[in-house]
Amino acid sequence: MPTSNGDVLMDTGAFDVLVIGAGPAGLAAATSAARGGASVALLDAAMRPGGQYWRHRDGDDGRGHHDWDAFKRLRGELERERAAGRIAHLVDHAVWHLERTPGADGFTAHIVHAGADREVTGRTVVIATGAYDRQLPFPGWTLPGVFTAGGVQALLKGQGVVAGRRVVVAGTGPFLLPVAVGLAEAGAEVASLVEANNPLGMATHPLAALRNLDKLAEAAGYLRALRHHLILYRTRHAVVAAHGTDAVDAVTVARLDADWRVVPGSLERIACDAVAVGYGFTPQIELADDLGCAAALDADGSLVVTVDAVQRTSVDGAFAAGETCGVGGAALAVAEGALAGLHAAAAVAGTRPDRTAVTRLERERARRRVFAAVMPRVWPVRSGWRSWLADDTLVCRCEEVPVSAVRGAVTGLGALDARGAKLFSRAGMGLCQGRVCGYATAHLAAAAAGRLATADDIASTVKRPIAWPITLGALAAGPIPDDRATPSATVPAREESTA
Amino acid sequence: MSAPERPPITFAFDGREMTAEAGQTIAAALLATGVRSWRTTRVEGRPRGLFCGIGICFDCLVTVNGEASRRACLTEVQPGDRVETQEGAGRADLER
Repeated sequence: MPTSNGDVLMDTGAFDVLVIGAGPAGLAAATSAARGGASVALLDAAMRPGGQYWRHRDGDDGRGHHDWDAFKRLRGELERERAAGRIAHLVDHAVWHLERTPGADGFTAHIVHAGADREVTGRTVVIATGAYDRQLPFPGWTLPGVFTAGGVQALLKGQGVVAGRRVVVAGTGPFLLPVAVGLAEAGAEVASLVEANNPLGMATHPLAALRNLDKLAEAAGYLRALRHHLILYRTRHAVVAAHGTDAVDAVTVARLDADWRVVPGSLERIACDAVAVGYGFTPQIELADDLGCAAALDADGSLVVTVDAVQRTSVDGAFAAGETCGVGGAALAVAEGALAGLHAAAAVAGTRPDRTAVTRLERERARRRVFAAVMPRVWPVRSGWRSWLADDTLVCRCEEVPVSAVRGAVTGLGALDARGAKLFSRAGMGLCQGRVCGYATAHLAAAAAGRLATADDIASTVKRPIAWPITLGALAAGPIPDDRATPSATVPAREESTA
Repeated sequence: MSAPERPPITFAFDGREMTAEAGQTIAAALLATGVRSWRTTRVEGRPRGLFCGIGICFDCLVTVNGEASRRACLTEVQPGDRVETQEGAGRADLER
Protein backbone atom coordinates (compact mmCIF):
# COMPACT_ATOMS: atom_id res chain seq x y z
CA MET A 1 0.00 0.00 0.00
CA PRO A 2 1.59 3.27 -1.03
CA THR A 3 1.79 6.05 1.49
CA SER A 4 0.69 9.40 0.17
CA ASN A 5 3.46 11.92 0.06
CA GLY A 6 1.24 14.59 -1.29
CA ASP A 7 0.48 16.50 -4.42
CA VAL A 8 2.03 19.50 -6.08
CA LEU A 9 0.04 22.65 -6.60
CA MET A 10 -0.22 24.38 -9.95
CA ASP A 11 -2.34 27.13 -11.50
CA THR A 12 -5.03 29.16 -9.70
CA GLY A 13 -8.66 28.74 -8.70
CA ALA A 14 -10.94 27.57 -5.93
CA PHE A 15 -11.68 24.04 -4.77
CA ASP A 16 -15.21 22.99 -3.93
CA VAL A 17 -14.17 21.85 -0.45
CA LEU A 18 -11.12 22.71 1.64
CA VAL A 19 -10.49 20.14 4.36
CA ILE A 20 -8.05 21.22 7.07
CA GLY A 21 -6.39 18.32 8.85
CA ALA A 22 -5.75 14.76 7.63
CA GLY A 23 -6.58 12.87 10.81
CA PRO A 24 -9.63 10.60 11.22
CA ALA A 25 -12.20 13.41 10.70
CA GLY A 26 -10.35 15.11 7.85
CA LEU A 27 -9.64 11.91 5.92
CA ALA A 28 -13.30 10.91 6.18
CA ALA A 29 -14.44 14.41 5.18
CA ALA A 30 -12.14 14.62 2.16
CA THR A 31 -12.95 11.19 0.80
CA SER A 32 -16.71 11.49 1.29
CA ALA A 33 -16.77 14.96 -0.29
CA ALA A 34 -14.85 13.60 -3.27
CA ARG A 35 -17.27 10.67 -3.56
CA GLY A 36 -20.03 13.26 -3.52
CA GLY A 37 -18.52 14.77 -6.66
CA ALA A 38 -16.59 17.68 -5.14
CA SER A 39 -13.05 18.79 -5.91
CA VAL A 40 -11.17 18.69 -2.62
CA ALA A 41 -7.96 20.14 -1.21
CA LEU A 42 -6.83 18.22 1.87
CA LEU A 43 -4.43 20.50 3.76
CA ASP A 44 -2.20 19.00 6.44
CA ALA A 45 0.86 20.15 8.37
CA ALA A 46 2.34 16.64 8.41
CA MET A 47 4.01 14.63 5.65
CA ARG A 48 1.81 11.55 6.05
CA PRO A 49 -1.97 11.21 6.46
CA GLY A 50 -3.38 9.96 9.75
CA GLY A 51 -3.13 12.93 12.12
CA GLN A 52 -1.97 12.38 15.68
CA TYR A 53 -4.14 9.30 16.13
CA TRP A 54 -2.72 7.31 13.23
CA ARG A 55 0.75 8.82 13.33
CA HIS A 56 3.10 6.30 11.73
CA ARG A 57 6.40 5.77 9.99
CA ASP A 58 7.03 4.64 6.43
CA GLY A 59 6.83 0.86 6.42
CA ASP A 60 4.56 0.73 9.47
CA ASP A 61 2.50 -2.47 9.50
CA GLY A 62 -0.06 -1.17 11.99
CA ARG A 63 1.13 -3.21 14.94
CA GLY A 64 0.44 -1.34 18.17
CA HIS A 65 -1.96 1.00 16.39
CA HIS A 66 -5.64 1.20 17.06
CA ASP A 67 -8.39 0.99 14.43
CA TRP A 68 -5.64 0.49 11.83
CA ASP A 69 -8.11 -1.19 9.46
CA ALA A 70 -10.18 2.00 9.46
CA PHE A 71 -7.05 3.97 8.57
CA LYS A 72 -6.13 1.56 5.78
CA ARG A 73 -9.63 1.90 4.35
CA LEU A 74 -9.51 5.71 4.45
CA ARG A 75 -5.96 5.79 3.07
CA GLY A 76 -7.03 3.50 0.23
CA GLU A 77 -9.97 5.79 -0.56
CA LEU A 78 -7.66 8.81 -0.43
CA GLU A 79 -5.31 7.17 -2.94
CA ARG A 80 -8.19 6.29 -5.27
CA GLU A 81 -9.62 9.82 -5.17
CA ARG A 82 -6.16 11.31 -5.69
CA ALA A 83 -5.61 9.07 -8.68
CA ALA A 84 -8.97 10.15 -10.05
CA GLY A 85 -7.93 13.80 -9.63
CA ARG A 86 -10.65 14.63 -7.12
CA ILE A 87 -8.43 15.18 -4.06
CA ALA A 88 -5.24 17.21 -3.87
CA HIS A 89 -3.48 16.00 -0.71
CA LEU A 90 -1.25 18.93 0.24
CA VAL A 91 1.32 17.82 2.82
CA ASP A 92 3.58 20.16 4.81
CA HIS A 93 0.79 22.72 4.45
CA ALA A 94 0.23 24.25 7.88
CA VAL A 95 -2.70 26.67 7.87
CA TRP A 96 -1.69 29.76 9.85
CA HIS A 97 -4.89 31.74 9.25
CA LEU A 98 -8.35 31.09 7.81
CA GLU A 99 -10.69 33.80 6.55
CA ARG A 100 -13.63 34.42 4.27
CA THR A 101 -12.18 35.27 0.87
CA PRO A 102 -12.25 39.07 0.73
CA GLY A 103 -14.79 40.33 -1.81
CA ALA A 104 -15.90 36.85 -2.83
CA ASP A 105 -17.78 33.77 -1.62
CA GLY A 106 -15.80 31.03 0.00
CA PHE A 107 -12.73 30.78 2.16
CA THR A 108 -9.02 31.44 1.92
CA ALA A 109 -6.56 29.33 3.88
CA HIS A 110 -3.24 31.06 4.51
CA ILE A 111 -0.56 28.42 4.61
CA VAL A 112 3.08 28.00 5.51
CA HIS A 113 4.66 25.60 3.04
CA ALA A 114 8.41 25.01 2.87
CA GLY A 115 8.91 28.24 4.78
CA ALA A 116 6.91 30.36 2.31
CA ASP A 117 3.44 31.86 2.45
CA ARG A 118 0.76 30.38 0.20
CA GLU A 119 -3.00 30.64 -0.22
CA VAL A 120 -5.53 27.98 -1.17
CA THR A 121 -9.18 28.87 -1.65
CA GLY A 122 -12.37 26.85 -1.43
CA ARG A 123 -16.10 27.39 -1.77
CA THR A 124 -16.65 25.53 1.52
CA VAL A 125 -14.34 24.47 4.32
CA VAL A 126 -14.30 21.55 6.76
CA ILE A 127 -12.27 22.28 9.90
CA ALA A 128 -10.87 19.01 11.22
CA THR A 129 -7.89 20.19 13.22
CA GLY A 130 -8.17 17.71 16.09
CA ALA A 131 -6.89 18.12 19.61
CA TYR A 132 -3.78 17.91 21.76
CA ASP A 133 -3.09 16.80 25.33
CA ARG A 134 -4.57 18.92 28.07
CA GLN A 135 -2.07 19.67 30.82
CA LEU A 136 -2.30 20.53 34.49
CA PRO A 137 0.82 22.07 36.01
CA PHE A 138 2.49 20.47 39.02
CA PRO A 139 5.82 21.12 40.76
CA GLY A 140 8.65 19.88 38.55
CA TRP A 141 6.60 19.47 35.37
CA THR A 142 9.08 21.60 33.39
CA LEU A 143 11.97 19.18 34.02
CA PRO A 144 13.35 17.47 30.91
CA GLY A 145 12.00 13.92 30.86
CA VAL A 146 8.46 15.02 31.70
CA PHE A 147 6.51 14.68 28.46
CA THR A 148 2.91 14.87 27.38
CA ALA A 149 1.33 11.45 26.96
CA GLY A 150 0.66 12.28 23.33
CA GLY A 151 4.28 13.28 22.88
CA VAL A 152 5.48 9.94 24.22
CA GLN A 153 3.07 8.19 21.88
CA ALA A 154 4.23 10.32 18.92
CA LEU A 155 7.86 9.48 19.69
CA LEU A 156 7.04 5.79 19.76
CA LYS A 157 4.68 5.56 16.78
CA GLY A 158 6.19 8.28 14.63
CA GLN A 159 9.88 7.87 15.44
CA GLY A 160 10.36 4.41 16.92
CA VAL A 161 11.95 5.91 20.05
CA VAL A 162 11.03 4.94 23.61
CA ALA A 163 10.86 8.03 25.85
CA GLY A 164 12.71 6.45 28.78
CA ARG A 165 13.87 3.25 30.40
CA ARG A 166 11.59 3.49 33.44
CA VAL A 167 8.45 5.50 32.79
CA VAL A 168 5.51 6.68 34.90
CA VAL A 169 2.32 7.28 32.89
CA ALA A 170 -0.09 9.63 34.65
CA GLY A 171 -3.16 11.83 34.30
CA THR A 172 -6.67 10.81 33.43
CA GLY A 173 -8.56 9.23 30.56
CA PRO A 174 -8.67 6.08 28.46
CA PHE A 175 -5.77 7.29 26.29
CA LEU A 176 -3.29 6.53 29.10
CA LEU A 177 -3.89 2.78 28.66
CA PRO A 178 -2.50 2.45 25.10
CA VAL A 179 0.39 4.75 26.03
CA ALA A 180 1.41 2.53 28.95
CA VAL A 181 0.92 -0.68 27.01
CA GLY A 182 2.78 0.66 23.97
CA LEU A 183 5.77 1.62 26.12
CA ALA A 184 5.86 -1.80 27.79
CA GLU A 185 5.61 -3.62 24.46
CA ALA A 186 8.50 -1.50 23.15
CA GLY A 187 10.67 -2.62 26.06
CA ALA A 188 10.33 0.19 28.61
CA GLU A 189 9.64 -0.58 32.23
CA VAL A 190 6.37 1.16 33.10
CA ALA A 191 6.84 1.87 36.81
CA SER A 192 3.18 2.71 37.24
CA LEU A 193 0.05 3.83 35.43
CA VAL A 194 -1.43 6.55 37.63
CA GLU A 195 -5.08 7.42 36.87
CA ALA A 196 -6.70 10.26 38.82
CA ASN A 197 -10.24 8.96 38.38
CA ASN A 198 -11.88 5.61 38.91
CA PRO A 199 -12.65 4.12 35.48
CA LEU A 200 -15.03 1.64 37.11
CA GLY A 201 -17.39 4.62 37.04
CA MET A 202 -18.04 3.41 33.49
CA ALA A 203 -20.09 0.60 35.05
CA THR A 204 -22.69 3.16 36.13
CA HIS A 205 -23.34 4.00 32.47
CA PRO A 206 -24.40 0.60 31.09
CA LEU A 207 -26.26 2.02 28.09
CA ALA A 208 -23.20 3.81 26.77
CA ALA A 209 -21.11 0.71 27.34
CA LEU A 210 -23.58 -1.66 25.70
CA ARG A 211 -23.89 0.51 22.61
CA ASN A 212 -20.09 0.66 22.35
CA LEU A 213 -19.05 -2.92 23.08
CA ASP A 214 -15.92 -2.48 20.97
CA LYS A 215 -14.80 0.16 23.49
CA LEU A 216 -15.32 -2.28 26.35
CA ALA A 217 -13.39 -4.99 24.53
CA GLU A 218 -10.62 -2.50 23.83
CA ALA A 219 -10.39 -1.52 27.51
CA ALA A 220 -10.44 -5.17 28.58
CA GLY A 221 -7.59 -5.91 26.18
CA TYR A 222 -5.50 -3.09 27.63
CA LEU A 223 -6.20 -4.24 31.20
CA ARG A 224 -5.03 -7.75 30.25
CA ALA A 225 -1.89 -6.23 28.74
CA LEU A 226 -1.24 -4.23 31.93
CA ARG A 227 -1.38 -7.46 33.93
CA HIS A 228 0.79 -9.27 31.40
CA HIS A 229 3.48 -6.59 31.66
CA LEU A 230 3.05 -6.40 35.47
CA ILE A 231 2.21 -2.70 35.29
CA LEU A 232 0.95 -1.35 38.61
CA TYR A 233 -2.34 0.43 37.84
CA ARG A 234 -3.15 3.00 40.52
CA THR A 235 -6.56 4.66 40.26
CA ARG A 236 -7.58 7.78 42.25
CA HIS A 237 -3.89 8.67 42.36
CA ALA A 238 -1.88 11.40 40.68
CA VAL A 239 1.70 12.45 40.09
CA VAL A 240 1.74 15.61 42.25
CA ALA A 241 5.44 16.45 41.83
CA ALA A 242 8.42 15.57 39.66
CA HIS A 243 11.95 15.67 41.07
CA GLY A 244 15.45 16.08 39.67
CA THR A 245 18.08 18.75 39.09
CA ASP A 246 18.62 18.89 35.33
CA ALA A 247 16.17 16.12 34.39
CA VAL A 248 13.51 14.07 36.10
CA ASP A 249 14.74 11.22 38.33
CA ALA A 250 11.62 10.56 40.43
CA VAL A 251 8.01 11.54 40.98
CA THR A 252 5.76 11.81 44.01
CA VAL A 253 2.51 9.93 43.66
CA ALA A 254 -0.39 10.62 46.01
CA ARG A 255 -3.82 9.20 46.65
CA LEU A 256 -6.60 11.71 45.82
CA ASP A 257 -9.88 12.39 47.56
CA ALA A 258 -13.10 12.96 45.60
CA ASP A 259 -12.06 16.55 44.75
CA TRP A 260 -8.48 15.52 43.85
CA ARG A 261 -6.90 16.86 47.01
CA VAL A 262 -4.00 14.84 48.33
CA VAL A 263 -4.98 12.34 51.02
CA PRO A 264 -2.61 13.08 53.94
CA GLY A 265 0.02 10.43 54.51
CA SER A 266 -0.40 8.88 51.06
CA LEU A 267 2.71 10.31 49.37
CA GLU A 268 5.01 7.81 47.71
CA ARG A 269 8.20 8.45 45.75
CA ILE A 270 8.83 6.46 42.56
CA ALA A 271 12.14 6.53 40.69
CA CYS A 272 11.85 7.04 36.92
CA ASP A 273 13.64 8.72 34.03
CA ALA A 274 10.51 9.72 32.11
CA VAL A 275 6.94 10.78 32.85
CA ALA A 276 4.09 10.73 30.31
CA VAL A 277 1.24 12.93 31.49
CA GLY A 278 -2.12 14.05 30.09
CA TYR A 279 -5.49 15.09 31.49
CA GLY A 280 -7.71 14.58 28.48
CA PHE A 281 -7.51 16.72 25.36
CA THR A 282 -7.93 20.31 24.25
CA PRO A 283 -9.63 20.80 20.87
CA GLN A 284 -7.66 22.95 18.45
CA ILE A 285 -10.26 25.52 17.38
CA GLU A 286 -8.30 28.67 16.53
CA LEU A 287 -9.06 28.45 12.79
CA ALA A 288 -12.80 28.25 13.50
CA ASP A 289 -12.30 31.20 15.84
CA ASP A 290 -10.61 33.10 12.97
CA LEU A 291 -13.87 32.79 11.01
CA GLY A 292 -16.00 33.81 13.99
CA CYS A 293 -17.67 30.40 14.35
CA ALA A 294 -19.74 30.14 17.52
CA ALA A 295 -18.23 27.99 20.25
CA ALA A 296 -19.43 26.77 23.63
CA LEU A 297 -18.05 25.19 26.76
CA ASP A 298 -18.26 21.39 26.53
CA ALA A 299 -19.02 19.10 29.45
CA ASP A 300 -15.29 18.39 29.81
CA GLY A 301 -14.46 22.09 30.23
CA SER A 302 -13.04 22.70 26.75
CA LEU A 303 -14.31 25.27 24.30
CA VAL A 304 -15.69 23.43 21.24
CA VAL A 305 -17.13 24.55 17.91
CA THR A 306 -20.92 24.55 17.82
CA VAL A 307 -22.33 22.54 14.90
CA ASP A 308 -25.80 21.56 13.73
CA ALA A 309 -27.06 18.15 12.58
CA VAL A 310 -25.13 18.38 9.31
CA GLN A 311 -21.85 19.49 11.05
CA ARG A 312 -22.34 23.07 9.86
CA THR A 313 -20.89 25.83 12.07
CA SER A 314 -22.59 29.18 12.65
CA VAL A 315 -20.70 30.51 9.60
CA ASP A 316 -22.36 29.70 6.28
CA GLY A 317 -20.27 27.27 4.24
CA ALA A 318 -17.97 26.35 7.13
CA PHE A 319 -18.24 22.86 8.63
CA ALA A 320 -16.39 21.27 11.55
CA ALA A 321 -15.85 17.64 12.49
CA GLY A 322 -14.02 15.49 15.01
CA GLU A 323 -12.42 16.68 18.23
CA THR A 324 -12.93 20.37 17.31
CA CYS A 325 -16.65 19.75 18.04
CA GLY A 326 -15.95 17.93 21.32
CA VAL A 327 -13.52 15.18 22.24
CA GLY A 328 -15.05 11.81 21.42
CA GLY A 329 -12.44 9.59 19.81
CA ALA A 330 -11.57 8.46 16.30
CA ALA A 331 -14.73 6.50 15.46
CA LEU A 332 -16.92 9.52 16.23
CA ALA A 333 -14.52 11.76 14.31
CA VAL A 334 -14.77 9.52 11.22
CA ALA A 335 -18.59 9.58 11.31
CA GLU A 336 -18.69 13.36 11.78
CA GLY A 337 -16.08 13.92 9.09
CA ALA A 338 -17.93 11.78 6.56
CA LEU A 339 -21.16 13.66 7.26
CA ALA A 340 -19.44 17.04 6.97
CA GLY A 341 -17.84 16.02 3.67
CA LEU A 342 -21.10 14.77 2.18
CA HIS A 343 -22.99 17.89 3.21
CA ALA A 344 -20.24 20.26 2.07
CA ALA A 345 -20.16 18.60 -1.36
CA ALA A 346 -23.95 18.76 -1.57
CA ALA A 347 -23.97 22.42 -0.56
CA VAL A 348 -21.60 23.26 -3.41
CA ALA A 349 -23.55 21.18 -5.94
CA GLY A 350 -26.92 22.46 -4.74
CA THR A 351 -28.11 18.88 -4.26
CA ARG A 352 -29.00 16.65 -1.30
CA PRO A 353 -26.56 14.00 -0.16
CA ASP A 354 -27.34 10.31 -0.46
CA ARG A 355 -30.05 9.61 2.13
CA THR A 356 -28.95 6.04 2.89
CA ALA A 357 -25.37 7.06 3.57
CA VAL A 358 -26.47 9.98 5.74
CA THR A 359 -28.80 7.81 7.81
CA ARG A 360 -26.09 5.21 8.41
CA LEU A 361 -23.57 7.87 9.43
CA GLU A 362 -26.06 9.66 11.69
CA ARG A 363 -26.73 6.38 13.51
CA GLU A 364 -23.03 5.77 13.98
CA ARG A 365 -22.53 9.34 15.19
CA ALA A 366 -25.39 9.06 17.70
CA ARG A 367 -24.03 5.79 19.10
CA ARG A 368 -20.52 7.23 19.50
CA ARG A 369 -21.83 10.45 21.04
CA VAL A 370 -23.49 8.43 23.79
CA PHE A 371 -20.03 7.17 24.76
CA ALA A 372 -18.43 10.59 24.32
CA ALA A 373 -21.02 12.13 26.64
CA VAL A 374 -20.05 9.70 29.39
CA MET A 375 -16.30 10.40 29.14
CA PRO A 376 -16.29 13.69 31.09
CA ARG A 377 -18.38 12.04 33.81
CA VAL A 378 -15.98 9.12 34.22
CA TRP A 379 -12.75 11.04 33.53
CA PRO A 380 -13.38 14.62 34.73
CA VAL A 381 -10.77 17.08 35.96
CA ARG A 382 -11.55 17.98 39.61
CA SER A 383 -10.59 21.31 41.14
CA GLY A 384 -8.24 19.84 43.75
CA TRP A 385 -5.34 19.82 41.25
CA ARG A 386 -4.78 23.44 42.25
CA SER A 387 -3.79 22.26 45.73
CA TRP A 388 -0.80 20.37 44.26
CA LEU A 389 0.84 23.64 43.24
CA ALA A 390 3.53 25.58 45.05
CA ASP A 391 3.72 29.38 44.69
CA ASP A 392 6.78 29.04 42.46
CA THR A 393 5.38 26.25 40.25
CA LEU A 394 5.47 27.53 36.67
CA VAL A 395 2.06 27.74 34.99
CA CYS A 396 3.27 29.21 31.69
CA ARG A 397 6.31 27.25 30.53
CA CYS A 398 7.16 29.70 27.71
CA GLU A 399 7.26 32.92 29.72
CA GLU A 400 8.21 31.18 32.98
CA VAL A 401 5.26 32.62 34.90
CA PRO A 402 4.71 31.10 38.35
CA VAL A 403 1.40 30.36 40.05
CA SER A 404 1.90 33.31 42.40
CA ALA A 405 2.03 35.75 39.47
CA VAL A 406 -1.22 34.45 37.93
CA ARG A 407 -3.02 34.59 41.27
CA GLY A 408 -1.40 37.94 42.08
CA ALA A 409 -2.66 39.42 38.83
CA VAL A 410 -6.17 38.92 40.17
CA THR A 411 -5.74 39.49 43.89
CA GLY A 412 -3.09 42.22 43.68
CA LEU A 413 -3.38 43.90 40.29
CA GLY A 414 -7.13 43.83 39.83
CA ALA A 415 -7.49 41.46 36.88
CA LEU A 416 -11.08 40.24 36.73
CA ASP A 417 -10.76 37.27 34.42
CA ALA A 418 -8.36 35.04 32.50
CA ARG A 419 -7.78 37.74 29.90
CA GLY A 420 -6.68 40.24 32.52
CA ALA A 421 -4.55 37.69 34.36
CA LYS A 422 -2.84 36.87 31.08
CA LEU A 423 -2.10 40.52 30.28
CA PHE A 424 -0.74 41.33 33.74
CA SER A 425 1.24 38.12 34.31
CA ARG A 426 2.20 37.23 30.70
CA ALA A 427 0.92 33.67 31.27
CA GLY A 428 -0.09 32.36 27.85
CA MET A 429 1.72 35.12 25.95
CA GLY A 430 4.77 33.12 24.92
CA LEU A 431 5.52 31.17 21.79
CA CYS A 432 2.87 28.48 22.32
CA GLN A 433 0.25 31.24 22.71
CA GLY A 434 -1.40 29.60 25.69
CA ARG A 435 -1.96 26.21 24.10
CA VAL A 436 -0.29 24.44 27.02
CA CYS A 437 -1.21 26.68 29.98
CA GLY A 438 -4.54 28.13 28.76
CA TYR A 439 -6.75 25.76 30.71
CA ALA A 440 -4.75 26.11 33.92
CA THR A 441 -4.40 29.89 33.62
CA ALA A 442 -8.15 30.32 33.07
CA HIS A 443 -9.01 28.16 36.07
CA LEU A 444 -6.40 29.67 38.39
CA ALA A 445 -7.50 33.21 37.50
CA ALA A 446 -11.18 32.39 37.96
CA ALA A 447 -10.51 30.67 41.29
CA ALA A 448 -8.47 33.65 42.48
CA ALA A 449 -11.50 35.79 41.62
CA GLY A 450 -13.64 33.45 43.71
CA ARG A 451 -15.63 31.86 40.91
CA LEU A 452 -15.65 29.04 38.35
CA ALA A 453 -14.06 29.45 34.91
CA THR A 454 -16.52 30.57 32.23
CA ALA A 455 -16.58 30.15 28.46
CA ASP A 456 -15.18 33.70 28.22
CA ASP A 457 -12.21 32.78 30.42
CA ILE A 458 -11.39 29.79 28.21
CA ALA A 459 -12.12 31.75 25.02
CA SER A 460 -9.48 34.33 25.92
CA THR A 461 -6.90 31.52 25.84
CA VAL A 462 -7.75 30.14 22.37
CA LYS A 463 -7.45 33.23 20.15
CA ARG A 464 -4.44 32.80 17.87
CA PRO A 465 -4.77 34.90 14.69
CA ILE A 466 -1.43 33.45 13.58
CA ALA A 467 -1.89 29.79 14.34
CA TRP A 468 1.47 28.55 13.03
CA PRO A 469 4.83 30.33 12.97
CA ILE A 470 5.56 32.20 9.78
CA THR A 471 8.61 34.38 9.31
CA LEU A 472 8.20 38.13 8.87
CA GLY A 473 10.11 37.71 5.63
CA ALA A 474 7.59 35.21 4.26
CA LEU A 475 4.73 37.45 5.36
CA ALA A 476 6.32 40.50 3.74
CA ALA A 477 6.95 38.57 0.52
CA GLY A 478 3.26 37.65 0.44
CA PRO A 479 1.70 34.52 -1.01
CA ILE A 480 3.42 32.80 -3.90
CA PRO A 481 1.31 34.38 -6.66
CA ASP A 482 1.34 31.87 -9.51
CA ASP A 483 1.37 28.79 -7.37
CA ARG A 484 -2.17 28.26 -6.17
CA ALA A 485 -4.24 25.23 -6.82
CA THR A 486 -7.03 23.97 -8.95
CA PRO A 487 -8.21 20.40 -8.82
CA SER A 488 -7.73 19.81 -12.56
CA ALA A 489 -4.16 21.08 -12.54
CA THR A 490 -3.06 19.11 -9.51
CA VAL A 491 -0.62 16.33 -10.18
CA PRO A 492 0.43 13.55 -7.82
CA ALA A 493 3.94 14.03 -6.47
CA ARG A 494 6.47 11.37 -5.62
CA GLU A 495 5.12 8.17 -4.16
CA GLU A 496 7.02 6.30 -1.53
CA SER A 497 6.11 2.67 -1.31
CA THR A 498 6.23 0.96 2.02
CA ALA A 499 8.17 -2.14 2.92
CA MET B 1 6.77 -0.51 13.76
CA SER B 2 9.55 -1.76 11.54
CA ALA B 3 12.17 0.89 10.81
CA PRO B 4 12.80 2.12 7.29
CA GLU B 5 15.69 0.30 5.61
CA ARG B 6 17.90 3.30 5.00
CA PRO B 7 21.47 3.74 6.22
CA PRO B 8 21.97 5.77 9.42
CA ILE B 9 23.16 9.34 9.11
CA THR B 10 25.60 11.31 11.22
CA PHE B 11 25.25 14.80 12.63
CA ALA B 12 26.91 16.88 15.34
CA PHE B 13 25.37 17.90 18.64
CA ASP B 14 27.39 20.53 20.51
CA GLY B 15 30.45 19.26 18.64
CA ARG B 16 29.88 15.57 19.42
CA GLU B 17 29.30 13.20 16.53
CA MET B 18 25.93 11.43 16.77
CA THR B 19 24.04 8.98 14.58
CA ALA B 20 20.36 8.99 13.70
CA GLU B 21 18.03 6.88 11.63
CA ALA B 22 17.21 8.49 8.31
CA GLY B 23 13.94 10.40 8.62
CA GLN B 24 14.20 10.83 12.37
CA THR B 25 13.53 14.18 13.98
CA ILE B 26 16.29 15.92 15.91
CA ALA B 27 14.36 15.39 19.15
CA ALA B 28 13.96 11.67 18.52
CA ALA B 29 17.60 11.25 17.54
CA LEU B 30 18.82 13.07 20.66
CA LEU B 31 16.48 11.22 23.01
CA ALA B 32 17.47 7.90 21.45
CA THR B 33 21.08 8.60 22.47
CA GLY B 34 20.10 9.65 25.99
CA VAL B 35 20.22 13.44 25.52
CA ARG B 36 17.18 14.86 27.29
CA SER B 37 17.69 18.63 27.11
CA TRP B 38 19.01 21.00 24.42
CA ARG B 39 17.80 24.42 25.45
CA THR B 40 18.08 26.72 28.45
CA THR B 41 15.27 29.14 29.21
CA ARG B 42 15.52 32.90 28.74
CA VAL B 43 14.58 33.94 32.29
CA GLU B 44 15.88 31.31 34.67
CA GLY B 45 18.36 29.51 32.43
CA ARG B 46 16.71 26.16 33.16
CA PRO B 47 17.19 23.12 30.89
CA ARG B 48 14.37 22.08 28.57
CA GLY B 49 13.92 19.39 25.97
CA LEU B 50 10.98 17.65 24.36
CA PHE B 51 7.55 18.15 25.92
CA CYS B 52 4.53 17.93 23.57
CA GLY B 53 6.33 16.18 20.74
CA ILE B 54 3.86 17.43 18.11
CA GLY B 55 4.87 21.03 17.44
CA ILE B 56 2.51 22.96 19.68
CA CYS B 57 4.48 23.76 22.85
CA PHE B 58 7.75 25.25 21.47
CA ASP B 59 9.72 23.86 24.41
CA CYS B 60 12.12 21.84 22.22
CA LEU B 61 13.64 24.81 20.37
CA VAL B 62 17.17 24.21 19.17
CA THR B 63 19.77 25.88 16.97
CA VAL B 64 20.40 24.05 13.69
CA ASN B 65 23.24 25.10 11.38
CA GLY B 66 23.27 28.49 13.07
CA GLU B 67 19.52 29.04 12.74
CA ALA B 68 17.89 29.50 16.15
CA SER B 69 14.50 28.34 17.43
CA ARG B 70 13.83 25.34 15.20
CA ARG B 71 11.36 22.88 16.72
CA ALA B 72 13.39 19.72 17.31
CA CYS B 73 10.21 17.60 17.34
CA LEU B 74 9.32 18.59 13.75
CA THR B 75 12.73 19.06 12.15
CA GLU B 76 14.21 15.99 10.49
CA VAL B 77 17.93 15.47 10.93
CA GLN B 78 19.93 15.96 7.73
CA PRO B 79 23.37 14.42 7.24
CA GLY B 80 26.07 16.75 8.52
CA ASP B 81 23.69 19.00 10.51
CA ARG B 82 25.30 21.08 13.25
CA VAL B 83 22.82 20.99 16.12
CA GLU B 84 23.59 23.20 19.11
CA THR B 85 22.06 23.75 22.51
CA GLN B 86 20.09 26.97 22.40
CA GLU B 87 20.61 29.47 25.22
CA GLY B 88 17.66 31.77 25.83
CA ALA B 89 16.27 33.10 22.57
CA GLY B 90 19.38 31.81 20.80
CA ARG B 91 20.17 35.29 19.54
CA ALA B 92 23.11 36.32 21.70
CA ASP B 93 24.49 37.97 18.55
CA LEU B 94 21.64 40.50 18.69
CA GLU B 95 21.74 41.17 22.42
CA ARG B 96 23.65 43.85 24.35
